[in-house]
Amino acid sequence: MCTVCGCGEGEATIEGHEHHHHHHEEGHSHSHADGHGDHNHDYGQGAARAHAPGLSQTRMVQIEQDILSKNNQYADANRRYFSEHGILSLNLVSSPGSGKTTLLTATVLALLDQTPVAVIEGDQQTALDADRIRKSGARAVQINTGKGCHLDAHMVGHAVQDLKLQHGSALFIENVGNLVCPAAFDLGEAAKVVILSVTEGADKPLKYPDMFHAASLMILNKIDLLPYVDFDVAACCDYARRINPGIRIIQLSATTGEGMETWLGWIRAHLEIAKTGVNVPGENS
Amino acid sequence: MHEISLCESLLKVIEDSASQQNFSQVKTVWLELGRFSCVEPDAMRFSFDVVMKGTLADGARLELLELPARVWCSKCLKDVEIQQRYDACPSCGDYRLQISGGEEMRIKELEVV
Repeated sequence: MCTVCGCGEGEATIEGHEHHHHHHEEGHSHSHADGHGDHNHDYGQGAARAHAPGLSQTRMVQIEQDILSKNNQYADANRRYFSEHGILSLNLVSSPGSGKTTLLTATVLALLDQTPVAVIEGDQQTALDADRIRKSGARAVQINTGKGCHLDAHMVGHAVQDLKLQHGSALFIENVGNLVCPAAFDLGEAAKVVILSVTEGADKPLKYPDMFHAASLMILNKIDLLPYVDFDVAACCDYARRINPGIRIIQLSATTGEGMETWLGWIRAHLEIAKTGVNVPGENS
Repeated sequence: MHEISLCESLLKVIEDSASQQNFSQVKTVWLELGRFSCVEPDAMRFSFDVVMKGTLADGARLELLELPARVWCSKCLKDVEIQQRYDACPSCGDYRLQISGGEEMRIKELEVV
């Protein structure tokens, strides 16, 4: 069992960790009151609010709590940690095959001489991506989500502890390739960055609106391939802004380097904000 | 299938509530889902039954209450209702809309024993 938060064993694993992650294993949720103690039995608040003493043993309990409140608590703790240590954390989301890892490798290489860089890699299986990133010289830790389709704030909190980040680091969290589920899970990041490549459909912002709405920045990758594919850049940007009027858009090619300076400039500007303790403008955290 | 994870989070909230409010069995769960919440109702119902098996909410009924998606139109200066994230303002056709409601995933109340 995990000594930090008491989590049990399960599907998700963090590279180098003995313990697994899963919040609910069989057998740890049954130690509750047996219903025959001396606690509150209010028969007057049945489902239909009918006052029928003795007829119903059920009662209503007001909860009014977000389903993701637990995740959000972990996300808040991560955000506090990042803020205290002047760390810029970016949550990179995209479909599989958008060129996330190639972009990340090029970004790490460009930043590394001036900035401490670390990467959390999320994939269902294998440590291939973390190996790829480590070759570029950054610290990296792999999280395998097993059957899971997204990273959650709890997994990220553990990975952050392992990384022992330096003050002023840039932390890139490469989420599982999936444009659906990661939209709902706050990891405590300063911003979500959605990556779309020109080999995909230009209408993806409309098809996966939750993600494009949650992101602060959209990167349009592989623009070196534009002469060979049928991709309407203007329409794609228009769709993204329909979903999210405030989204920033940067076009680049991680392979040729075109547009990379704009992206690196965006990172450096947000790194300064993280180091000086001012919130990222426009972030809806 | 992140509805499985959502149901696991839901179960955690229920378990915490059970020890605070002294109940041992859950009969019904009322869940408010905004139209723009990242939840598919059918997947949620399926996951709910699977995740709650063998817990204090085994066999519980799941009642989903859908909340409308509301946005603030900065041109009309009023709240309007839309159906999809890519919809324009139904009054003026503008896309500069700020979401003001519809992303909720909230456990409203429980019927417990």
